[in-house]
Amino acid sequence: MTPAFLYALIGSALFALGLYGLIVHAHLLRKILALNVMGSGVFLVLGGLAGRTPQGAPDPVPHAMVITGIVVAVAATALALVLMLRVRATTGRTVLPDGRGN
Amino acid sequence: MEPATAASNWGVAIILLPLAGALLAFLFRRAATRIGIGAAVATSLAAAALARTVIRDGTMHHAVGGWGAPLGIDLRADGLSVLMLIMTATVGLAISLYAPAYFRGESRKPEQFWPLWLFLWTGLNALFLSADIFNLYVTLELLGLAAVALTALSGRADALTGAMRYLLATLLGSLAYLLGVALLYHGFGSVDIAVLAERVEATPVVWTALGLMCAGLLLKTALFPLHFWLPPAHSSAPVPVSALLSALVVKASFYILLRLWLEIFAPLVGDGVGELLGLLGAGAVLWGSIQALRQTRLKMLIAYSTVAQLGYFFLAFPLAVAAGVTAWSAAAYLALSHALAKAAMFLAAGNLIRFGGHDRIADLDRVVQRLPLTVGAFALAGVSSMGLPPSGGFIGKWLLLEAAIAQGRWDLVGVMFLGGLLVAAYIFKVLGYAFTQANVLHESRAVPASMEWAALLLAIGAILLGFMASPVLALLGVGDPFNAVETMG
Amino acid sequence: MNWSTWIPLMVVTSSLLPGLIIFGLAEDKVRLRTVLNLVGALVKVALVGLMFWGVMHGHHYETRLTLLPDLDLVLRAGPLSLLFVALSAGLWLVTTVYAIGYLEGSPHRSRFFGFFSLCVTATVGVALAGNLITFLIFYELLTLATYPLVVHRGTEVARRAGKTYLAYTIFGGALLMLGTVWLYTLTGTLEFTPRGFLAGLGDEHRLALTAIFVLLIAGLGVKAALVPFHGWLPQAMVAPAPVSALLHAVAVVKAGAFGIVRVVYDVFGVEFSEGLGVTKPLVWLAAFTIIYGSLRALFQDDLKRRLAFSTVSQVSYIALGVAIAGPIAAIGGMVHLVHQGLMKITLFFCAGNLAETLGIHQVSEMSGVGRRMPWTMAAFTVGAFGMIGAPPIAGFVSKWHLGLGALDKGQDWVVLVLAGSSLLNAAYFLPILYVAWFREPPDTWPEERDFGQKETALALLLPPLLTAAMAVGAGLLASLPFSPLAWAKLIAEREFYLP
Repeated sequence: MTPAFLYALIGSALFALGLYGLIVHAHLLRKILALNVMGSGVFLVLGGLAGRTPQGAPDPVPHAMVITGIVVAVAATALALVLMLRVRATTGRTVLPDGRGN
Repeated sequence: MEPATAASNWGVAIILLPLAGALLAFLFRRAATRIGIGAAVATSLAAAALARTVIRDGTMHHAVGGWGAPLGIDLRADGLSVLMLIMTATVGLAISLYAPAYFRGESRKPEQFWPLWLFLWTGLNALFLSADIFNLYVTLELLGLAAVALTALSGRADALTGAMRYLLATLLGSLAYLLGVALLYHGFGSVDIAVLAERVEATPVVWTALGLMCAGLLLKTALFPLHFWLPPAHSSAPVPVSALLSALVVKASFYILLRLWLEIFAPLVGDGVGELLGLLGAGAVLWGSIQALRQTRLKMLIAYSTVAQLGYFFLAFPLAVAAGVTAWSAAAYLALSHALAKAAMFLAAGNLIRFGGHDRIADLDRVVQRLPLTVGAFALAGVSSMGLPPSGGFIGKWLLLEAAIAQGRWDLVGVMFLGGLLVAAYIFKVLGYAFTQANVLHESRAVPASMEWAALLLAIGAILLGFMASPVLALLGVGDPFNAVETMG
Repeated sequence: MNWSTWIPLMVVTSSLLPGLIIFGLAEDKVRLRTVLNLVGALVKVALVGLMFWGVMHGHHYETRLTLLPDLDLVLRAGPLSLLFVALSAGLWLVTTVYAIGYLEGSPHRSRFFGFFSLCVTATVGVALAGNLITFLIFYELLTLATYPLVVHRGTEVARRAGKTYLAYTIFGGALLMLGTVWLYTLTGTLEFTPRGFLAGLGDEHRLALTAIFVLLIAGLGVKAALVPFHGWLPQAMVAPAPVSALLHAVAVVKAGAFGIVRVVYDVFGVEFSEGLGVTKPLVWLAAFTIIYGSLRALFQDDLKRRLAFSTVSQVSYIALGVAIAGPIAAIGGMVHLVHQGLMKITLFFCAGNLAETLGIHQVSEMSGVGRRMPWTMAAFTVGAFGMIGAPPIAGFVSKWHLGLGALDKGQDWVVLVLAGSSLLNAAYFLPILYVAWFREPPDTWPEERDFGQKETALALLLPPLLTAAMAVGAGLLASLPFSPLAWAKLIAEREFYLP
């Protein structure tokens, strides 16, 4: 198994684990972390498979995509954290009202 | 490097204008409202200009900065994109006219609303013009984040929790989508839609990508049973935000799904997936309508109505296998009419709340007499939602029924029949109470004329769509997005 | 400018524009509103007269607007259209006068007259529709425009009646739409053609066509108050009297009945329908409704409800005439469209007068009212005798032709139904007349309003007298070339005899 496929597999596993965490955990911080884990998984898939070029130098396009993705993820995480803090400030709790998953 | 055509200028302008407006509104707080309205008008004009040039010259192509794919970003505008842009501009303009009066008197809200709303509009326009699936991801995220922030604008507990739930759902959807993008890129070496359309074959990787991207987009479009986040978010947001969420934001992910379906996943689309989407759509229509009927508050009723109406679009998927153009035209027409009608309904609800201080349906004490323009807007929007003539909704329903009967799909016909009756039930429930004297009288506040007229003009637009079928369908045909002409591969 | 392409549209908009303007008027602008109403009504009557004259001289009036790439919105002036549009336009003028008098001092008149105008717009659109989709559009518009009038009073009772009304009419409209789309997928056209446009379809479509016929007739039957879809009509009597008079006794039910005539003559064609085997069941259904409506009317004490059930019964005569599928019966059915309109509106005007002037709503309160309001009761008497079928009033002419037509087609049992119906009509009308003319009046009426020397306001008195006179005239002068009967004969000729 090439390193590229290994990365892809691990990335998929991270995605799945993150998804599980997102659904199962009720605490908002854990949900946000789970989403970040999922995001990392996707970036790993994207970047890892970039090494599959015949020439040796990896494909730069996925790298550009990953960088863009990281920027987006940072912004999204920041928003999520602020929102979580505001939810805690107004409701006093860090779980969503009916405690449902997702 | 392509010469800059008139169309590409407008294509670029339509993205830059709201973006510039957003930045300026953010920097110059006190002038936020004026900058916002100015940007709205400018963007709408750009949309109209782009439409004219596309109708005249055909599909627009433009490589941003002169750098084409794969590293650069391509913009493409065919009939379907232009229709979506016009839909956005119409609803956006109305909301921009509504918002100043709505937020007047609330100190910091206008300066928060306008930058976020204009960023959202930028995202929408960029999304409809994107020609590759990664750019769609970026614009989708921009859209989602702006929408979440707008939902939370009021700062109340229910709005914040609704926004949080929305954020988690939208991020989950985007990540699933992105994973699909990764798989497709690594399978076929490109993210450009046209290129992928040529290269894609039915392999397990592509099936996985299809599943992931569909799941992500369905979550963002709130198709039953992944709709759980929509009612709380749409009903707790400020009224102009609810309008643009229901009318525009959910259409964006639906648009992407449609594009992927038509172009990239075409070889895979056998009966299976289409049937599944049709089934979910039917579930949405019936379940959403029943839930809407049970609501006692107007904004929740309208939110559930969105869940139901979205289901109709998905009824086109099983029908498209045999009768592509009719079914897709129906879906596009329904989407367009729904955008206008739903926005009108939310704005009307906002007026009723401003007037009476509440949105309890049973206490709509004879508002037909006291707020005739608003109730008229709600009624006309309702006519379109019910699919009664003359309205855009009627044309859409007619086309969809035609496709279904021609293929002998009596199950879908039954769903549409029942769905229509249920919509009528909850629309007229509201109107009935609007005519009736309530038991308890309420104090009333005046509603500014701009708010009433914004709602009414949108509703009239939904009705006028009923008379514009030929030009709209002709526009949809530019660039042949629905593959009416059979091509190789 | 080619006027003949615009006149049908102008007939429709002659009430649309005043209606929209009236919506915007303040409540106290009584004179302006009255002027707008009357001008609109007069313009409409004038245009209809123009169309009549033109059609007699061979002119062709048709407005065509593109709706969908292969379907047009078509308004056309043919003989059948003119029959219905003349009735609608004429009666609207009369009812407008009546309504102005009836609603004097009532709240929300701008809203009322605005929607009233929209209703007539829709009715005229139904009459002039040149294909099934145009018919469908205006048919549904009629539902939407009449609803606000049913709930006009703003009471809880009105709201619930409106809910019932909608439940029936929206359901009927949905059936009609389904049938129309299905037909379109089979034939690719929906234009009304004399003798129908389905002859080219092969036998493999028989089942589909029968189903489509059932859907269309059921959808139309809701408005036409055919059993079992008649339930909304008695409930809708909660609306103000002008609404009950014009709309629910004339416009809405006639739109349904007119639709049935259109479907059988200009979509399916009489011969084709007979061949398909759908006319016999329709005859039975119509006959059943005739008897059922009359039976229910016997047991109503509320005057408007009794008249409502009478309408249920009488409108089915039209369906009967069409379903018997012979030329003489056709004449009877179509002429009854006009005659029943004239007679029933007279009766409802009188009922409105009794309610408005004396507060009478029940038959049991009507003792001796003939002495207090002789002119009103005279008109009522004319209308009642017309319903029973006594010559020389118009109702007799329709029944005569229906009976003759039934015998002509070998359906002798229908004559018994007609006779039975006449007897039942007598059974529920004659007692009213007896009580009104020959009993002693009470000391005080439930709620009397004073009109000085006159028995009631002029605006309330003249319309029923006028329509009663027209009912007598239509019967007495039926053999003249411009009577409704002559026109009905013309229509029947086209359907049955011309090549």
